[in-house]
Amino acid sequence: MSLLIKGAALFGTETADLLVVDGRIAAVGADAASQAPSGTETLDADGLVALPGLVDLHTHLRQPGREDAETVLTGSQAAAVGGYTAVLAMANTTPVTDTAEAALRVWELGREAGLVDVQPVGAVTKGLAGEELAELGLMARSAAQVRVFSDDGKCVHDARVMRRALEYAKAFGGVVSQHSQDPVLAGPSACCHEGEVSGRLGLPGWPGIAEEVIVARDVMLAKHTGSRIHVAHVSSAGSIEVIRWAKAQGIDVTCEVTPHHLILTTDLLTGYDPVFKVNPPLRPTEDVMALREALADGTIDAVATDHAPHARHDKEHAFVDAAFGMLGLETALGVVRTAMDDEFDWNDIARVMSRTPARIAGLEEHGGQLAPGEAAHVTLVDPTATVTVDRAASVSLSRNNPWHGHELTSRVVHTVFGGKVTVRDGALA
Amino acid sequence: MKHLLSIDDLSVDQIQEIFATASDMHDVQRRSVKKLPALRGVTVVNMFFEDSTRTRSSFEIAGKWLSADVINISAKGSSTSKGESLRDTVMTVCAMGVDGLVIRHQASGAAQQVAGWVDASVVNAGDGMHEHPTQALLDAYTLQRRLGSLEGRHVAVIGDLTHSRVFRSNVQCLTKLGAEVTVVAPPTLMPSGVGPWSESAGFATSYDVDEVLPTADAVMMLRVQRERMSGGYFPTAREYTVGYGLTRDRLAALHPDVPICHPGPMNRGLEIAADAADAAQSAILDQVSAGLAVRMAVLYHLLAGEESSA
Ligand SMILES: [Zn+2]
Repeated sequence: MSLLIKGAALFGTETADLLVVDGRIAAVGADAASQAPSGTETLDADGLVALPGLVDLHTHLRQPGREDAETVLTGSQAAAVGGYTAVLAMANTTPVTDTAEAALRVWELGREAGLVDVQPVGAVTKGLAGEELAELGLMARSAAQVRVFSDDGKCVHDARVMRRALEYAKAFGGVVSQHSQDPVLAGPSACCHEGEVSGRLGLPGWPGIAEEVIVARDVMLAKHTGSRIHVAHVSSAGSIEVIRWAKAQGIDVTCEVTPHHLILTTDLLTGYDPVFKVNPPLRPTEDVMALREALADGTIDAVATDHAPHARHDKEHAFVDAAFGMLGLETALGVVRTAMDDEFDWNDIARVMSRTPARIAGLEEHGGQLAPGEAAHVTLVDPTATVTVDRAASVSLSRNNPWHGHELTSRVVHTVFGGKVTVRDGALA
Repeated sequence: MKHLLSIDDLSVDQIQEIFATASDMHDVQRRSVKKLPALRGVTVVNMFFEDSTRTRSSFEIAGKWLSADVINISAKGSSTSKGESLRDTVMTVCAMGVDGLVIRHQASGAAQQVAGWVDASVVNAGDGMHEHPTQALLDAYTLQRRLGSLEGRHVAVIGDLTHSRVFRSNVQCLTKLGAEVTVVAPPTLMPSGVGPWSESAGFATSYDVDEVLPTADAVMMLRVQRERMSGGYFPTAREYTVGYGLTRDRLAALHPDVPICHPGPMNRGLEIAADAADAAQSAILDQVSAGLAVRMAVLYHLLAGEESSA
């Protein structure tokens, strides 16, 4: 089985052909075509940019438990359409992914779907209850080789439990991805950013400080234990300050930002539309600007979608009662390009959306340099296209898309996963 | 005017128009036969997701005196109960043919969301901590009758501002009508972002009741919910009363022409001393009868004649 990707601009620079044989890149360059075995399929990539397949550190696939909102298959389809070749499936399913068996089930469903690598995230604590450690080691030693652990949706609030998790995960190179939200400071009904908008709208807010105190505590715990900590979906300028300081101290901390936190602001809540209800909440412009700056200067390591599909009826409640979260996989690349138009070239995009997330998650087959010998995970993008997002056109089972009607820069044209074309001309192959 | 969701929806002219109609309705209340035929054949549903006997009765009587068919639905708890969304609940009721929907909900923004889903005219009868526009209209109407005009008059609004929809609607309504407004609360009960908000909306803030009262032309006390004490917003009821209550001493220092308002129900002895509630200058019972008149006026403007079909 072989595939010739013709005429793509690698990382947006030199144009070359890529020959893929048996799922791996066999040759790159002008003479790649001459080495193609007979019967090689051709993928026209004229005018397109080639990137290593995108890697999402933070995806909610809802299976098991809420297959009406998303399944591993439909989530994989959405990922492929968005240019992804690997996603990390968060543990807050029903039941929770807190055992090796549960992790293996998700991993196998991913293999059956066959569109992206679905790498399960293991829970840090049993049932996400924040009290007892889940079987981190058994999950790590299973065939699913879990490396990222997170109680996402909930913060590991008990400092002692967090300390133990950080220490314990060192034995197998694991990393804890923390949903940083002090539940006491934020309050039980917090549903948006605390500030002028929440004050006017009469919505219970949670302030940036409730994120910052946990980030500050966790980097100190990581320093103390000599462990690796990953801050999920960082959202406040104050957290960035803390992370910048921690990195300067040599503390082993990485962090991610979501595409939506790079553009959308808390002002969008004035209509009480639950499509904009997300956790952490949309913050004011000052935070958005600080996040972009931190992504540009490398303080923020990666972009992660926090793709959070919800059935329609779970969003059609009063704002405080509606579910948190928004779709993200299909639009992420366009949003990041739109937000980072001035700062980023294609190598930067590849760094924050593929190479670094792959490294953080320990996915060695992903985030490569598009060089011979590497697994053939390739995303091909039309850099000049603009797309007006239509939520009805999504392949996700859900429709909670905050980008509906937005015009985004660039378009994922083809996605190649392990040498197999999963998306062709923007549609599932 | 299709809905009344927020004071923000109303121009000064519209507010004065409602007041003029309310004044006529006030006269009707003094008649022996109180029925007007204005809303004959019109169905109004009072949909209350949160208990409030006084607001619900006020809307119910207002509707009935205008000859509307009024139906009360207590929808308490059903919005968050599993399976049915708020949209499902409301659409089911509206599918029966409803012209006016008076909605009270414990969640901020609920009335605005509902208005986006249904064909009926929606009146916000209180949504969480957000707004209570008819309360603000009846308060301003009451004060305007007492003071002649609100232009340049200083109104002190005192109490738990953070959790108060009455405050949020009133501050808009009073400033719109030209009043100077100072809101007073302990820092823990000031809404987040009140600094920039008060600047853009043109009201003043203070932590000190005794500094504000001497220049007040009207005093509006807000209800303090006793459960706020367990939330750590202030240490004890006693301390709250000393700091922010309209006590007997503060009443004695107040000019006898200064009207005292309270949206009710009152915590006598906590935010308002019994003497103050029952004082000759108290406008609290006026507020209740004004409430009826203003709600009749609002229902009339939304549902009667050409405006409702426009
Ligand atoms: Zn999270």
